[in-house]
Amino acid sequence: MERFEYIAKRCVKAVFLIVLIALLNFLLIRMAPGDPAFVIAGESGSVDPLFMAQLRAEFKLDQPLWVQLWTYLKDVLQFDLGYSYRNKAEVIDLIVARLPATLLLTGTGFLLAIVGGVLLGAVAARTVGRWQDSTIGLICMTIYAMPLYWVGLALVLIFAGWLEWLPAFGIGSVQPLEGWDFVWDRITYLTLPALTLALHYIAVYARLTRSSMLEVQNQDFVKLARAKGLPPLRITTAHVLRNSLLPIVTFAGIQAGNLIGGSILVETVFAWPGIGRLALDSLLVRDYNTLLGVFFLCSVMTIVFNLIADVVYSIIDPRIDIQK
Amino acid sequence: MSQTLIEIKNLSIALPKGLDREFAVRDVSLTVDRNEIVCVVGESGSGKSVTAQMLMGLLPPTLPLVNGTASFKGVNLATLTETERRALRGDRMSLIFQEPLSALNPVMTVGEQIAEVFRYHRDETPDVRKKVVELLAAVRLPNPEAAYDSYPFRMSGGQRQRVVIAIALALQPDLLIADEPTTALDVTTQAQILELIRTLQRERQMGVMFITHDFGVVADIADKVVVMRHGEIVERGAASEVLGNPQHEYTRALIAAVPRRREHSLSEVARGEPPVLRVRGMRKVYRTGGGLFKRATEVVAVNDMDLDLQPGETLGIVGESGSGKSTAGRCIMRLIEPDAGRIEIAGQDTSGLGVHAMKPHRHLVQMVFQDPYASLNPRRQVGEILCSGMINHGMAQADAERRARELLELVGLTTSAFNRYPHEFSGGQRQRIGIARALALKPRLLIADEPVSALDVSIQAQILTLLRELREQFGLSMVFITHDLRVASQICDRIAVMQRGVVVEQGATEDIFDSPQHPYTQTLISAMPGRLSPLAVT
Amino acid sequence: MKKLWQRYCERKTSVVGLVLLVLITVIAFIAPWIAPHQPWDIVGTPFLPPFEDSAHLLGTDTLGRDILSGIVHGTRISLTIGLMCMVATVILGLALGAVAGYYGKWIDDVLMRSTEFFQVLPNFVFVVVLVAIFRPSIGSIFLAIVIVSWPPVARLVRSEFLSLRSREFVEAAVAVGHTNRWIIFKEILPNALSPIVAMSSLMVASSILLESAVSFLGLGDPNLMTWGYMIGTGRTVIRGAWWMSVLPGVALVSTILIINVVGEGLGRAWNPRLSNGAAR
Repeated sequence: MERFEYIAKRCVKAVFLIVLIALLNFLLIRMAPGDPAFVIAGESGSVDPLFMAQLRAEFKLDQPLWVQLWTYLKDVLQFDLGYSYRNKAEVIDLIVARLPATLLLTGTGFLLAIVGGVLLGAVAARTVGRWQDSTIGLICMTIYAMPLYWVGLALVLIFAGWLEWLPAFGIGSVQPLEGWDFVWDRITYLTLPALTLALHYIAVYARLTRSSMLEVQNQDFVKLARAKGLPPLRITTAHVLRNSLLPIVTFAGIQAGNLIGGSILVETVFAWPGIGRLALDSLLVRDYNTLLGVFFLCSVMTIVFNLIADVVYSIIDPRIDIQK
Repeated sequence: MSQTLIEIKNLSIALPKGLDREFAVRDVSLTVDRNEIVCVVGESGSGKSVTAQMLMGLLPPTLPLVNGTASFKGVNLATLTETERRALRGDRMSLIFQEPLSALNPVMTVGEQIAEVFRYHRDETPDVRKKVVELLAAVRLPNPEAAYDSYPFRMSGGQRQRVVIAIALALQPDLLIADEPTTALDVTTQAQILELIRTLQRERQMGVMFITHDFGVVADIADKVVVMRHGEIVERGAASEVLGNPQHEYTRALIAAVPRRREHSLSEVARGEPPVLRVRGMRKVYRTGGGLFKRATEVVAVNDMDLDLQPGETLGIVGESGSGKSTAGRCIMRLIEPDAGRIEIAGQDTSGLGVHAMKPHRHLVQMVFQDPYASLNPRRQVGEILCSGMINHGMAQADAERRARELLELVGLTTSAFNRYPHEFSGGQRQRIGIARALALKPRLLIADEPVSALDVSIQAQILTLLRELREQFGLSMVFITHDLRVASQICDRIAVMQRGVVVEQGATEDIFDSPQHPYTQTLISAMPGRLSPLAVT
Repeated sequence: MKKLWQRYCERKTSVVGLVLLVLITVIAFIAPWIAPHQPWDIVGTPFLPPFEDSAHLLGTDTLGRDILSGIVHGTRISLTIGLMCMVATVILGLALGAVAGYYGKWIDDVLMRSTEFFQVLPNFVFVVVLVAIFRPSIGSIFLAIVIVSWPPVARLVRSEFLSLRSREFVEAAVAVGHTNRWIIFKEILPNALSPIVAMSSLMVASSILLESAVSFLGLGDPNLMTWGYMIGTGRTVIRGAWWMSVLPGVALVSTILIINVVGEGLGRAWNPRLSNGAAR
């Protein structure tokens, strides 16, 4: 019952946040330089005054602000994110078309990052002070200092340019393929971009895991577990890791937003047809409607991931109902 | 079958370089037989925990064994492989230690943590759950079936310690090592746990190595005593001998330092003068939790409290954790805002005053805090800390500094302390600095919140003596808050006993000890360690 | 102060890092005088590889601009923006976090809700949106970075203040009648600085990285030749002219590494000793 209440509270908060973000979006569109009508038209080239008047009426731009806000909120909550005059399509359709590509990329990157990072961090924690720990620390520090896009470029240069092992741009080959060929082809195209995204976060998660595990390793209940005569593997998995994972789960939830943001850079470098590139392309042609649509969706996704992380956390940690 | 479980001969364990001594333990020899309780007594830094950990094989590699042997049932522990030692750990020898609140894995059920011991030491154990529930009943946990599935955070400190004991005794070990298992518990809980350990020891004929710093506990349960200091054994023998006729001066000092009932003449209480402290109807309620679907829980920390203190008198407020004694002290100091009540200090009503209005009255009542490591700002020099209050009340810098140096000497420190930082001092010295700070503003009333609880026993006695001297010198009135009745009897003229926010009994110290009226007071008195032993006689 | 220096110098890597950082700062200062050319000037044949021509040690870019000059001038911009953003973020975060942590109750609630809101927004996308809406310039980039960076600092400061506020030495200060302002600045703040110092170096590094990412996408200040911009323009020709993107990147990575090393050393030196008296 208490866990249910906890999740319910979180859901209410999530909805509230989504409304707030929609409000922010609304304000941002209004704050964009120039006539909102221009903004909405995305400089699609129409300066025809009749067209603009039509636009104004349609978007109720001649109405008081709060009416516009109300209309906007209603639309957004029904997933109507506006119309992209530039692309001649509903924003939501544009986004939905490209969303799977981004999810594939960020999902793979996230998985790689978590698995790799936690493993590395665990090794570093178990060998603290020894050469394995120092080496891992050094590698992580170096990777962490490298900008995401530069890593991508370096990987393109090395693996696609010099070694020619993997393709650099796009999501797959142009020619049609079947079955296993198709899958394999897609995997080769996915490798470099996912690796780029993952590398940076591997460093982050490795560090976090290491410090979390070190902190847990020194706690009294681990001492007691050793005094019980349990084998070291059992102590590491059942006692140390289970407690170390808690801050990692919280962190992963918070990082979810940044992962999506990082996809803008990676998709640009690798010409990946996702919503990151959609955002950038829209920006460059001043199609702010689409840009903010992407922004809104990313925020919603972050909220959803946060919620998932909270739920996972509440499953792992039985104390969650007494902590707020 | 030999009776000897543990035989330690000339054991020396080295410390890492750069610490204040070379060895953690040096040339230590002791034995523990079946069916006996050996108490290893010493203050912090005596090496007693290191010895225990060495026996269990839990020492870090930074503390190497450099000399001597330790045998368990005739087998030299150093000759065993790690796997063999692990087989012994938890099975033939067990360890319980001090911090029950952090000793259990927070994300694993209590039952699972006990069951682990069975699963990993015995390959096939049918009915593990049944065995665990039996254990939980044996350590007298209420509702053992439900306890199996609960998580540690739902249990109190005393209950968690019972679980730790259950874990330790699951496989019927020959030896139990208990490293200060009751130190972090309330007095009444402490008595219960000690009783439990004693009973279980007798039932199972175990050998017990019981580490403690409290000679009162030793008097209650020990068969043999070993006294350690700075890593060496200074005295050993049968309990009755060591307690009745201690040979070594350190042993004698330790026994003398045990706070016990003291016949002392009442301090100079000025009769006929208005009370220096008068509290009527003081109340403090804490509200926690409460969300969309349920109301907040209310905890009444202080419930309608009345107190009177005559000038020159010392009143003790005694209670266990959760009794509200610290909250009461802080309410009087206006560090916490009471929800209701009237507080008069030296005739001045301070209850309704705001921060600014309080300032001119602040000098009337000052506080000595419990934790010597947290009560001094680590980033300021001692001199600054002492002068800070005086300068805030308008004193000139030079005058304040002069007085600060006087105060340092008054509390037994050299004036060179003026320019040093708190971390350069020991716990006892820091507490002296805290007392100096409290006296800086020449208060009429001193509130001492557990001022000696965090100190070693021998230092405790020194600080109590200091407080008594200062009290006489300056005619101070004092409210002395403590959980230890023995300590209260050392310094208090009257005692108020608190339980869950309510003063259940109040009276002269002798009356409280000789004829306690309230059942809770009676429980507290019977729970005092060392009560029924030769130690009790002054 | 002297003790801090001594503690800092205990580790060789920290000292090396500091020396290098000073070097970079000096370069940033005297950039206009030591760079062989102006970064925007077309001074040579385009696509000149590095180490071939002594006049253009690191080669030229697609238009014939000298890469070494670009990197040297870029140092100035990066360090400036890193420092400015860090200072602004820390001041904002400190102010808000201290007030929330010390006074608690509804002020704390408001702050926590605000930080939660900001933390839900995907950071980089938000920066891009802000820069786009306010027109790309060093000012809008600065503003955007500070807006996304202040929440974690504020939360850190808040939790430090919250835990320190209930420490006994703070109670002692209340007991002698000190004002709230005095307690915040004289008692709590000096003890709360340790994690803030560690975070500050992270802030400098992340600000530099954020700015470079924005410039990489072409949204940087059009008047400034930043490292990110250089990497961005070299992107399309990377396979033929690797040096245009790689070399500015090396400068960027090195700078970030050095800042992190110094930051870590500083954080370690600042930490007061865990003074727990008796040896066990």
